[in-house]
Amino acid sequence: MEKSNNTQSRRSFLKVSSITGGGMMIGFSWLANLIPHEAIAGATATKDWIELTGFIKIFPDNRITILSPNPEFGQNVITSLPMLIAEELEVDWKKIKVEQGDYDTPRFKRQFTGGSQAMRMAWKPLRTAGATARFMLLQAAANEWDVPLAELTASNAVVTHKASNRTITYGALATAAAKLTAPANITLKKSGEFSLIGTPQKNVEGSKIVVGKSLFTMDYKQEGMLIAMAIHPTAFGMKLKSFDASEALKMPGIKDVFEIQVYKDGYVKAGFDTRTFNNLVVVVGNTTWEVMNARKKVVIQWESFEAYKEFSGMGNNKREDTIPAGLESTESHMKQMYEMQKKPGKVLRKDGDPEAAFAKAKKIMEKTYSAPFLPHNTMEPISCFAHITEDKALFVAPIQIPDMMKQSITANLGITADKIDMKLARMGGGFGRRAYGHYIVEAGLISQKMKAPIKLIYTREDDMSNGVYRPSYMVTYKAAIDENKNVTAIHVKGGGIPENAIHENRFPAGAFENYLAEGWDIPTNITIGAFRAPRSNFIASAEQSFLDELAEAIGKDPIDYRIELLKKAKANPVGKNNEYDAERYIGVLELVKKKSDWGNPKNKTVKRGVAAYFCHNSYAAHVVDLTMKDGQPVVQNVVSALDCGVVVNPEGAKNMIEGAIVDGIGNVLFGGLRFEKGVPIQKNFNQYRMIRMKEAPKKIDIYFVQNNIDPTGLGEPPFPPIFAAFANALYKATGKRHYHQPFINALNKS
Amino acid sequence: MIQLNINNKVYEVDASADMPLLWAIRDLVGLTGTKFGCGIAQCGACTVHVNGTPVRSCSFPVGAAAGKMITTIEGVNEKIGEAVKKAWIELQVPQCGYCQSGQIMSATALLKSKPHPTDADIDAAMQGNLCRCGTYQRIRSAIHRAAEMI
Ligand code: FES
Ligand code: FES
Repeated sequence: MEKSNNTQSRRSFLKVSSITGGGMMIGFSWLANLIPHEAIAGATATKDWIELTGFIKIFPDNRITILSPNPEFGQNVITSLPMLIAEELEVDWKKIKVEQGDYDTPRFKRQFTGGSQAMRMAWKPLRTAGATARFMLLQAAANEWDVPLAELTASNAVVTHKASNRTITYGALATAAAKLTAPANITLKKSGEFSLIGTPQKNVEGSKIVVGKSLFTMDYKQEGMLIAMAIHPTAFGMKLKSFDASEALKMPGIKDVFEIQVYKDGYVKAGFDTRTFNNLVVVVGNTTWEVMNARKKVVIQWESFEAYKEFSGMGNNKREDTIPAGLESTESHMKQMYEMQKKPGKVLRKDGDPEAAFAKAKKIMEKTYSAPFLPHNTMEPISCFAHITEDKALFVAPIQIPDMMKQSITANLGITADKIDMKLARMGGGFGRRAYGHYIVEAGLISQKMKAPIKLIYTREDDMSNGVYRPSYMVTYKAAIDENKNVTAIHVKGGGIPENAIHENRFPAGAFENYLAEGWDIPTNITIGAFRAPRSNFIASAEQSFLDELAEAIGKDPIDYRIELLKKAKANPVGKNNEYDAERYIGVLELVKKKSDWGNPKNKTVKRGVAAYFCHNSYAAHVVDLTMKDGQPVVQNVVSALDCGVVVNPEGAKNMIEGAIVDGIGNVLFGGLRFEKGVPIQKNFNQYRMIRMKEAPKKIDIYFVQNNIDPTGLGEPPFPPIFAAFANALYKATGKRHYHQPFINALNKS
Repeated sequence: MIQLNINNKVYEVDASADMPLLWAIRDLVGLTGTKFGCGIAQCGACTVHVNGTPVRSCSFPVGAAAGKMITTIEGVNEKIGEAVKKAWIELQVPQCGYCQSGQIMSATALLKSKPHPTDADIDAAMQGNLCRCGTYQRIRSAIHRAAEMI
């Protein structure tokens, strides 16, 4: 049995409050006592049932609703997180109703979609919530019948006393249970005892999605709601100078045209505030089409800005950045990055004597890799609903980490945190883009100005050219090879705009006596941010392509060579700070080797490539099989092996891994936003090439390493290694190595 | 006033004839299952049927839809459409779900013209529907599954 020990104050451990008309609601507080118990208890006691948030609602007629705390953007935590609660609560999953919790992080403690951490962080707390509720219901039954709790069992939301052949529903017990004190310690099921966790379950919102129910922010509407669009500078490096709205204001349906300033002067940015375009021209009207037409009539002058300082950070972690002036281009970015590669970088890690090893080398293999800026291109463009009134600030927002926006909302809209009422709409994709909620502030400012409910809508062009892009990167890998074809040193050096992607303590660090990692960065005024597996998504593509080429150069099988290095790192790790668990790494490589029949593929016509990577606490390996048709690669099959610990909902997990695979193949082949004079060149899907049906893998087979490790991450880990698995297969199919993403440019030339 | 027949119901909308059908459906009629993704007939999120043919409603003027039979995701209910929705659930196609109205409209139209499509037929019919989450292979399997069910 697994003990869950509640180390925080007993008193605030569990919030229980009765609901009008009977029934019980249990909210749960863990990690820390961020807000006093009384505050929550007071809130729940005075509010009506429907408006309350918490984890478990039990109705007198034994209907049970479980609230999902985390924002949902397609990763299906809205199914898998409530499963954790249901497992311990002992209820029939098929009868459970699931609802999305509103923004109420003091109650839920964690409402964070990002970093592949949802399941990892919820694993114990949410099971503890379910188990605690079950315990209290059992205790209520024990009191009611005056029998020892140990004689009772709970199943399908019914408590049974076998000896006296009595049963009672949770619904009938809830009112009494709500009056009991939560236990200080609770025993959780251990892995062999799960009946729901580990079983494939369907998306609880699937039936709504297929009939087109309004679930997304874009779909939200309210009586009197106006539509707003914001015009941003045409180029990074430019700002608003002046505008003339006289023609636009004459257009039908138009209510107003005005300027907003997103972040106040002197505002110290925090959390996920981004370096967005700060001064925007806003057009507000009755309908989307009218606003779209009117915005074309606004005459705007933009001007270049001077370099300026930006302040960010919280507490002791203050940052001051200089944002450079100028209109940047992809071409000059590449030149700058090649220049930086010639100069010494900042040493990030050094083991042994790499310089000597390179001096002595018989052969040196050196390869340079690069990748462009990437827009997230969430299928649902950026949008946000806001209605700010005297006593309330209502938002319907697609936001990955709502609590991170609190400071920005309060400071830039001048409203207090207690007035924020935020509904977390299902997001039409996120991938990191919706961590950066500048659009919430924008929507709030517009509603304040209009004194009306408004919905801010970005067109696709707005979305793609006002992005928070994955940075552009370059890296060079170098290997020293001796006369016996032993690799005696590895040197990795690289950087990016504006950050480098090197994880100096990840594999292959630890496997080589002589190892040097150097990094540099180039400031930019282009807005960047997290994109599914930040940094890893580039460095894995380079590292795993290089290892493939290196294995070939020394005459080794690419899987066996990786395993050999990892065994070395496991038995005799070089250096102290290695981040990865070599054994779990080997585990996914061995599994993918077996499941793909690596040495002897069934389909002899395909060419194969392999890659593996560790990030976000999990391990992933892929084998890609491809063929060429009319000069274009066709992925016939992908075999994937994942070690993410216990898999809570294999159905949702596989769907997400498939998504990562398609996402990676699409980006390595087609992804890349080009800049000329600060202008993002592609603005819509006619110019920006996305992966489509025809290019998607024909088949994907996914296997999980079976173990009892508490869940680690899953949304991101399968993404980085697919780039290189594809690249390595493409090499086998064409005889040509590709180093610069997106590969389509070179493929179309050859 | 333009008269629209959407899902066998008649609506009078006050729109200029050049307003895209998408915005008439979403903003004026108030049916939001039909999605906006690009506005230039490149993503398929806005796919509806006009007289049984799939069209990108973002690039189809509402004036041209007057008097025609329009079907949106909310009105997909005959045999083929029901099979498609069932297959979508059975094979758990959606991730974020935003593209799926359009995918289902395109898939339904395909199955109406070709009850047993090949992979090449699916590639051709679905090429205009983007899915940023990468559900393509599930869409493919679900179309085959729906074909079996019909
Ligand atoms: S919104 Fe119509 S095709 Fe994209
Ligand atoms: S399911 Fe998200 S875009 Fe298709």
